[in-house]
Amino acid sequence: MTDEHGVHTDPAAIAELVAVAESEHAQVAADGSVAGYRASRTLRLGVELRRQLRRRRTQFAVAFLGVLPFLLLIAFKAAPSSNSGSRSASSAFVDLATSSGLNFAIFALFASASFLLVVVIALFFGDTIASEASWSSLKYLLAIPVPRGRLLRQKAVVSGILSLIGLVVLPAMALVVGLIWYGSGDLISTTGESLPFGTGLARLALAVVYLAVYLVWIAGLALLLSVSTDAPLGAVGGAVLVSIVSQILDSITALGDLRDYLPSHYATAWSDLLSADVDWGDMTRGAFSSLAYGAIFMALAARRFARKDITS
Amino acid sequence: MTRQKWPAFGVVVLLLLVAAGVWWVNRPSPEPTVASRDVLIDVVDGPNHDQPVELDATFYVPQVTPAPAVLVSPGFGQTKTNLADDATDLARRGFAVLTYSARGFGRSTGQIALNSPDYEVQDADQLISWLARQPEVLQDGPDNPRVGVMGGSYGGALALMLAGLDKKKRVDAVASLITYNDLSHALLPNAASTTPLDGSTPGTGVGGADGVFKKVWAGNLFGTALSNIGGPGINPKAPTSCGRFLKDVCDAYTKVATTGRADQATVDLLRRNSPVSVADQISVPTLLVQGEQDTLFGLDQADATAKQLARNNIPVKVDWYPGGHDGGAPGDDVRGDVAAWFAFYLMKGDAPNPGTGFSYEVQGTIRARGAPITRTITALDYPGLRGDRTTRQRVSLSGPPQPVVTPPGGSPASISSLPGVGTALLGGSSTASSLAGSLAIDLPGQSAVFTSAPLDAPLMIAGSTLTTLRIGAVPNATDSGDTELFAKLYDVGPDGRRTLPGAAVAPFRVQLPTNGTAVDVNVSLPGIVRPVAAGHRLQLVVTTTDQAYANATTPSVRTVALSGAMSLQVPVVTGSSASGSGIPATPVIGIAIILGLAVLVATVAALRRRGSDDADPELADVPMVITGLTKSYPGRLTAVKELSFRVEHGQVLGLLGPNGAGKTTTLRMLMGLVRPTAGEIRVFGHKVQAGAPVLSRIGSFVEGAGFLPHLSGTANLSLYWASTGRPLDEAHLAEALEIAGLGDAVRRRVGTYSQGMRQRLAIAQAMLGLPDLLVLDEPTNGLDPPQIHQMRDVLKRYAATGRTVVVSSHLLSEVEQSCSHVVVMHKGRLVAAGEVNDIVAGGGEATFRVDRVTDAARVLRDLNGTSGVTAEGRLVHADLGTTSRSAAVTALVNAGIAVEQAGPRRRLEDAFLRLVESND
Repeated sequence: MTDEHGVHTDPAAIAELVAVAESEHAQVAADGSVAGYRASRTLRLGVELRRQLRRRRTQFAVAFLGVLPFLLLIAFKAAPSSNSGSRSASSAFVDLATSSGLNFAIFALFASASFLLVVVIALFFGDTIASEASWSSLKYLLAIPVPRGRLLRQKAVVSGILSLIGLVVLPAMALVVGLIWYGSGDLISTTGESLPFGTGLARLALAVVYLAVYLVWIAGLALLLSVSTDAPLGAVGGAVLVSIVSQILDSITALGDLRDYLPSHYATAWSDLLSADVDWGDMTRGAFSSLAYGAIFMALAARRFARKDITS
Repeated sequence: MTRQKWPAFGVVVLLLLVAAGVWWVNRPSPEPTVASRDVLIDVVDGPNHDQPVELDATFYVPQVTPAPAVLVSPGFGQTKTNLADDATDLARRGFAVLTYSARGFGRSTGQIALNSPDYEVQDADQLISWLARQPEVLQDGPDNPRVGVMGGSYGGALALMLAGLDKKKRVDAVASLITYNDLSHALLPNAASTTPLDGSTPGTGVGGADGVFKKVWAGNLFGTALSNIGGPGINPKAPTSCGRFLKDVCDAYTKVATTGRADQATVDLLRRNSPVSVADQISVPTLLVQGEQDTLFGLDQADATAKQLARNNIPVKVDWYPGGHDGGAPGDDVRGDVAAWFAFYLMKGDAPNPGTGFSYEVQGTIRARGAPITRTITALDYPGLRGDRTTRQRVSLSGPPQPVVTPPGGSPASISSLPGVGTALLGGSSTASSLAGSLAIDLPGQSAVFTSAPLDAPLMIAGSTLTTLRIGAVPNATDSGDTELFAKLYDVGPDGRRTLPGAAVAPFRVQLPTNGTAVDVNVSLPGIVRPVAAGHRLQLVVTTTDQAYANATTPSVRTVALSGAMSLQVPVVTGSSASGSGIPATPVIGIAIILGLAVLVATVAALRRRGSDDADPELADVPMVITGLTKSYPGRLTAVKELSFRVEHGQVLGLLGPNGAGKTTTLRMLMGLVRPTAGEIRVFGHKVQAGAPVLSRIGSFVEGAGFLPHLSGTANLSLYWASTGRPLDEAHLAEALEIAGLGDAVRRRVGTYSQGMRQRLAIAQAMLGLPDLLVLDEPTNGLDPPQIHQMRDVLKRYAATGRTVVVSSHLLSEVEQSCSHVVVMHKGRLVAAGEVNDIVAGGGEATFRVDRVTDAARVLRDLNGTSGVTAEGRLVHADLGTTSRSAAVTALVNAGIAVEQAGPRRRLEDAFLRLVESND
């Protein structure tokens, strides 16, 4: 064990510990806990944030969302301006992306909302319990004891904070990049409306708010999977998979009105924010649908986690 | 149902509840049932009112009768079956609906007279009389039912003509969709005039005489009915090229199709069979819906009808939708508009007044939810009908005069649209039709191009743009001066990509003086709805040919130049975007309910947790009491069964058992990680359950270390302590780290540690805060002998401070050397419990390994005070009582028995070995 050459316990250390242990006997509170322990102070948000922020996956995910606008910018700058006749819907959309900084930010949201943001949210929520389980550190947190409901809540809140950071970093960076390269012009919609910068900025912010609410169902699902498995990848992948299947089903027009009940049906409802006169209908329905699914998934997650035997 | 299935069942139930909730919020209103019956209706028509015809019709009866009726007239080539959806929809909304196949189509007899006042219109008039005889139809008077007429295309024209020609004025409202005003203009358009144009309405057309024949569209329409040999109404013995057409219609079409020009008789026939001929007699509210993707009956046709009707002082409402003959039939939105129109004018109830406004839909290109985003712009009225002129924005064009060549035979020809094919080819949706705009091809040498500067601001084109061109002839002896040209308006992106909105083209014919003098013509470009983004350019292209039209066949050269204001007069109709709707109430209530439930659930959970402490004051000083502890998993072995034991202060308790004895499960239950099936564990009197506060007095290391691999040893321990929320000075972090003794390695990532290092760090973590009860699972696994020795020392001395240590192990020697007390477990059950010394060397019992077992047993029995002598293999066990072991050995040796080994009887080992052996 060459690796552990320096590993040994100094006999003096044992004596020291024993001396401390002999001199100190902790007081006990009425509920049987050690004085100084309070359930409401366990795993505070700051502590959990520190635990998560030091993780590479957190740093990479947020950094990637921050870098993505630059990748888009490079792609726009590098793309040869073709004169070919085939003009698809998306190319018209790309035309608009470069018409102003706001359009660029909106485009960045469009490009990433249906998959990238889903993955990021699934990552933050799906990985949170399952990774602790896979490291075996979950049982030690529970033995502190952090009450199970509190553990789940603190972790969900921190995942939510990280998700929000990601959700804001992307459009904010895109807006900065867009403002520098494409100016502070009006927000132009594909139906030819233009919104002044101030209004456009407010709409962009509202779009982020809607996306945050819409992604609640992904968060809930990922959390449920996270407490159900010890494999972090399984939880993240499972949530993404369900989202993709829902999107595929949503694209089958033959399903008609049944598609309204798919959790991803209102994923792009925030595009209604891009016209001067906003149609709030789909966004309200989308918020309800997402919150309903999210609440159910989270309730199931809490129930399952509260009763689960921790064997990892 | 077993416990295991409950969660899955619960998930299913909850998901169903969510689905039901979502459904309830978005629930469709119950659809009323609709009855229908097929009828054959005999009518008599013809100029002399003497030709019997049998019309195949279906009558749809709504739930509540008598109801106002709607006559739905079919499009060209349609039969009543094509109208079933529209009819059912209207019937569900409470109208009695009559659909039919027009004469010459489907199973109706007669020949096609092309909406002739003598034939089709008379037929429809008699259908109204039929409605007057139906008890289900609301009647305004004798032979006067309350009736609206609607139709699309051919049927739309019929609806207008019926309203104008019905002598008794029985029609109460009209909805006319994607139809023509004047068939001679629609099929032979001439979009230019030498006289100034009145651009007061947004969709202004020119309607010049002697237009250019819309060859392909006309062929598509007439061809189907022409070639329909063998159908009803056609004499199979005498096949003709006229198919199901009446002879004069057929002759007129044949003349136009062969020459490309219409003579006055033909123009008269077409005009007589068009709404324009009766427009001044229409006196009922009329809804005009026209398509923005329509190269057959463009926006100018509805524009002309609207202008004519406005003179009659009747309510006229104009809607443009993003479809048409090229872009898809009217959808649910238009159906809703039509129904609202009839509801107000026929039901006379509390239906809202649809007004006389003007709305047009702008189609965006971003596809959200599978369909392009559209935006509806609503203006107070259709500009130009009541004195308010359409705003026209000037966009300057530039470009030199350019020669254009008409090739001999008119071929090759430029391409603008694929009439009738575009829809089918591109999937028939309005989305696909917008792609048709990119198919346009202009041939070099045949086209003159004039382009604007990039637009400063976005421009919304709503209608037909006007411009003035100067056309000159290059003198040539054979040139007659007859000139056929096609004007198109492109949207050109910054990257040069061109889109022809609506795939539309404006053909025009000019007669030039043969002396070469140029002529100024005012051109009305096709009616379109197109948002043009800032930075885009508008491009006017004039070509000599177009594939969709009958092109001039004589070769010629013309010069095309800008004239007049050298600009485009772009129609702009401002209005409010009607896409905005309020926030629907039901989902908001749903959201409130969800949030309320969430708060409720959280409160209930908190209250339940608060009342969950279960303490036994008598046991407050006993570190651990286990009573009747059982953990069983359904379908598997019982891991722990009826386990009861007690641990006192200062003990080092060894939990001994082979692998799988249930030791780890017991410790997990002690930590509150696993819920016992029965029985309980009390620590200092408090019952252990998940999250029980008393767990804070336990320091534990069970089944492997648990660290965040990306953090260093120090960071792991300090973050762990931070997670407890307890004051840092209680942790004794430094002392614990020294016990781990990892040296510099504490600053390395834990991911790089060996198993032994992780184990030492985990034990240090368990000792953080100097817990009253220290629980260690196989603590010496993976340590080398000196480290094991030290670990024993630590545990003993730690217990000596008045704290309690519980150690599990599968090694007897381990327990023997580190513990004061032991609990032996096997297969989940307690086998033995007590002080290690008691159990290891209980009383005077001794074991001797001898060569002659029987003799040895006899000798021992003869000794004073011995009892319980048993032989086992080469071993003899005996309770020596007061006799010392050495005396017994002496006695054995004296009896000539060779004693290989003598020692205390190791009951623990015996028990343990027996267990293990019987297991194997």
